[in-house]
Amino acid sequence: MSSVHDWAAPNPVTTNRSGLIGKGVDRYEGPLKVTGTAPYAYEVQPPSPPAYGVMVGATIATGRITGADTAEAEAAPGVLAVWTHRNVPAQPPRGTRVHPRSTAGSRPALESDRVYHWGQPVAFVIADTLENAVAASHLVRLTYDADAPDADFRARLADAGQPPGEQDVEIGDFDAGFAASAVRLDETWATPIQNHCQMEPCASLVWWEGDKCIAHTSVQMVKPAQHGLAETLGIPRDDVRLMTRYIGGGFGGKGQTYDDLTLAALAARALERPVKVAFTRQQMMHGTIHRPATVMRVRLGAEKDGRLNAFSIMTWTHCHQDGTFTEHASNFARALYAAPNRLTGHRLVKLDLPGAGPMRAPGEASGTMSLECAMDELAERLGLDPVELRIRNEPPSDPENGRPFSQRQLVRCLKEGAQLFGWDRRMPTPGLVRDGRWLVGMGMAAAIRGNFLLPAKCSFSVDAEGVITVRQGMTDIGTGTYTVLAQIAAETLGVLLGDVRVEIGDSELPPAPGSGGQFGAASAGSAALAAGMNLRRAIAELATGDPNSPLYGDDPELVTFQDGVVAIENKSETLAALVRRAAPAGLTVEGDSRPAADMREWSTQTYGSHFCEVGVDPVTGEVRVRRMLGVFAAGRILNEKTARSQLTGGMIWGIGSAITEGNAVDPRYGSLINQDLAQYLVPVQADIGELDAIMLDEVDDKANPMGIKGVGELGNSGAGAAVANAIYNACGVRLRDYPITPDKLLAGLMAKGM
Amino acid sequence: MKAFTYERASDAKAAVQAAVETPGARFIAGGTNLLDLMKLEIEQPQHLIDVSRLPMAGIEETGEGGLRIGASATNSQVAGDPGVRSRYPVLSEAIVAGGSPQLRNKASVAGNLLQRTRCAYFYDTSKPCNKRTPGSGCGALEGLNRNGAIFGASHACIATHTSDMAVALVALEARVETLSPSGATRAFPLLELHRLPGETPHVETHLIPGELITAVMLPPPPSGGQVYRKVRDRASYAGGLASVAVAGGNLALGMVAHKPWRAVDAEAAMASGATPAEAVARELAGASPLGRNDFKIPLVARLAAAAIGEAQDRLSGGRGA
Repeated sequence: MSSVHDWAAPNPVTTNRSGLIGKGVDRYEGPLKVTGTAPYAYEVQPPSPPAYGVMVGATIATGRITGADTAEAEAAPGVLAVWTHRNVPAQPPRGTRVHPRSTAGSRPALESDRVYHWGQPVAFVIADTLENAVAASHLVRLTYDADAPDADFRARLADAGQPPGEQDVEIGDFDAGFAASAVRLDETWATPIQNHCQMEPCASLVWWEGDKCIAHTSVQMVKPAQHGLAETLGIPRDDVRLMTRYIGGGFGGKGQTYDDLTLAALAARALERPVKVAFTRQQMMHGTIHRPATVMRVRLGAEKDGRLNAFSIMTWTHCHQDGTFTEHASNFARALYAAPNRLTGHRLVKLDLPGAGPMRAPGEASGTMSLECAMDELAERLGLDPVELRIRNEPPSDPENGRPFSQRQLVRCLKEGAQLFGWDRRMPTPGLVRDGRWLVGMGMAAAIRGNFLLPAKCSFSVDAEGVITVRQGMTDIGTGTYTVLAQIAAETLGVLLGDVRVEIGDSELPPAPGSGGQFGAASAGSAALAAGMNLRRAIAELATGDPNSPLYGDDPELVTFQDGVVAIENKSETLAALVRRAAPAGLTVEGDSRPAADMREWSTQTYGSHFCEVGVDPVTGEVRVRRMLGVFAAGRILNEKTARSQLTGGMIWGIGSAITEGNAVDPRYGSLINQDLAQYLVPVQADIGELDAIMLDEVDDKANPMGIKGVGELGNSGAGAAVANAIYNACGVRLRDYPITPDKLLAGLMAKGM
Repeated sequence: MKAFTYERASDAKAAVQAAVETPGARFIAGGTNLLDLMKLEIEQPQHLIDVSRLPMAGIEETGEGGLRIGASATNSQVAGDPGVRSRYPVLSEAIVAGGSPQLRNKASVAGNLLQRTRCAYFYDTSKPCNKRTPGSGCGALEGLNRNGAIFGASHACIATHTSDMAVALVALEARVETLSPSGATRAFPLLELHRLPGETPHVETHLIPGELITAVMLPPPPSGGQVYRKVRDRASYAGGLASVAVAGGNLALGMVAHKPWRAVDAEAAMASGATPAEAVARELAGASPLGRNDFKIPLVARLAAAAIGEAQDRLSGGRGA
């Protein structure tokens, strides 16, 4: 097994000779996207005219389907088939894994008369046009035997239990430490259900070529999607080719596939023609996963100098009846602050709601909105600056396992952020700053997110034109994967960016873990680096072994690669000339990367700080974010532009979590109330004032050979807390039930006599 | 979406004629609301009569010193009109507080007035709604009614009218000009266009079948300052929680009732010397909140008092916020 020490050797990315690494080069696929010519799954051109499938969602939250009258729908114009659980083609039971190494089990659709949640697809209409399919879908008449839904999370907190296989983590003696602390804080926060609201709803287009299923879908991870579909269809995995070339946002919600894929594949097989199926915006809310609501109790016990003596965050959350997903909102805190007595854990209750699942910064996004506000409250009680309180609780090593930090620049993020933002102008006492009708306040919070490296493979080819092609079963969910892979390839082989092609999102390419958990760039990129190094060696050996090359007979270790030229000292030729002559069919090599055996000897995280200035209208309780700055330390940055875009995007998510975003459950129906983007309020352009993200110089040589880490989740860790703390500083109202909407803030203002 | 037929009207008379003669016909102009509702099959017109290209988009001075705003003028056109901006700033402010720039570029004046509620239960076809499906019940009454009405609601419907523009127009005492199927033109106060829900919340206006709004008539602006203030959950593209339009001594409230709400009790109190806060309190004495929207009482009280103060401040040349 490898060691992180092997990663310390210089490589083209870490030496970065042509300056491509870190540079904010434009997105590889940007022109396709802005001209509307990037074919997303639903827009891929099939080999013959497709049929259109439309799903019908259940209008009960729990119970059974007692009747399905499809006669009128079947007779409607253009209808090719109408399926319910009674006539859908046979599928293996949910979770079947015939192949022992399948990374996902079967996902049957319309599997039984049992309804588990509102909006669950219970019927499926296929027609010659989308319009005919939609029209006929309204003619399907379903009757139900409905049970009363159990969907009121706050009413069921007392019934929550330990998530399966988990235990609370206690270090020291929390109760004793808390009781003995000079200053104590014990408060409870709540966050609502959130929906991912990707711009591109989940969608699939499937056709069959003989026994082979060709599936285009929108998914973050290629291999589990391919395996799951093969298991659902009961066919060998190699008989499914799954492609996901362009993805209009994932955010965790496309970490799995849904019934659009299953039904498109079944229908394409049954009808012997391509079939397209897409979720509507409304269907996305119930038909896919959501971030579950939480209730979080935070207790902090500190000495008068601000040092934490006891710290606890306990999270209550929910998942659907046959699920186990837990929103681990307490976990991030384990590596954040020093304190000898620590208690963290989770409680889970099952409800008749759609599936809970991961959403951007799962755990941190919710968790920081309690702890990082609790720290703000504690700082006020102690008469300390919130930045200083955090610095005083900076641990020398991981506070739970004692491991050294691979890199930890949290304090630098805090200090530089404070300086750049003008934090010294903040008035510690709330409510003192006014600008016109607005009360103005500043708030800050720390950010943390773990870092991961997963096994990945990649292939690199060079052709007779000297063009490098990167091939990998990786995805780009808008993050910049295409672009950073091109940068790694160009830097590794010493070619121009314009001489690199990137092909990703295909199950027939070397497997990579996909996009999620901010592990994508590090995992896929490390494999790309390995493949690039293998191709360098192959090219060097080709040159030094070719009698017609000026490099013939030299030591292949000495070959340099720059500007499309291979050289040893003053002997050189172009890469294209070499390959055209010595390997006219081109060269292809593979490379792979995997975690080092000793990686876990270090605590490896990404860090940041958020600083925010808001205006609060004391008359109406409206909040407007005036400016916000994030400073982040996340290893070497591959692309300043795409990384910054991810970080500021995450910060905008935090703004939404703090003041606008959430989906309420009407417990009578077990149904979410907001079903489109006019009702589910993500921030719009006008909600975002001055916004910037700064990335500190950093190389984390314990993370991977390139010293990079992820940024996709980090921006959304702590951002919402900074907004909430700024609201408090502006007006003196502390709200712990998100989002902080005008109605809630107004009540708080009135309670303070304002 | 249900199949429908479509025609482009050649003139207003023909449009009205077609509307009367064709079962299930609806006028369409910008389509910013109607098309969304048709996709969800909340609206199921069998026939659309496109009136967007009729010559009804002009904004003209009237002999009485007011403005005549054609029904097809876009919201952006009205909001940006120099005459509107200088003499009826409350109208311009109200329009730009609504929708998004893209919507305002498409939406017409008449369409804005006739837009339908944003009540979530109206939009969700799996839930009961008397406005969408008469007799099915009101899902919002005992539900998540945070944005429900506080004035004039009934047990059948608590939805609010969500136009910003209409609130300002009511404060400006605008009149609506229509063309009737009989060929007659009539004009009446905008305040009399919309109905309260009563037992028939699906019937939203007093227009007779086929009647076409052709213009909105503004009298000369009232003396006194003008202000529009709207409170919403995000800074753009969000229906309001409450709004207020002040035009001199006139006061109208938005998102508090099934129609733009002229605060006549508050106006009377102001006229007899009450402070803004006292006057608004007088109006709110008649409000009936539903539980989750109780906050609208203090919100409107504070917002309206502030807006009245701001209007007076503007008039006196003081610095507005």
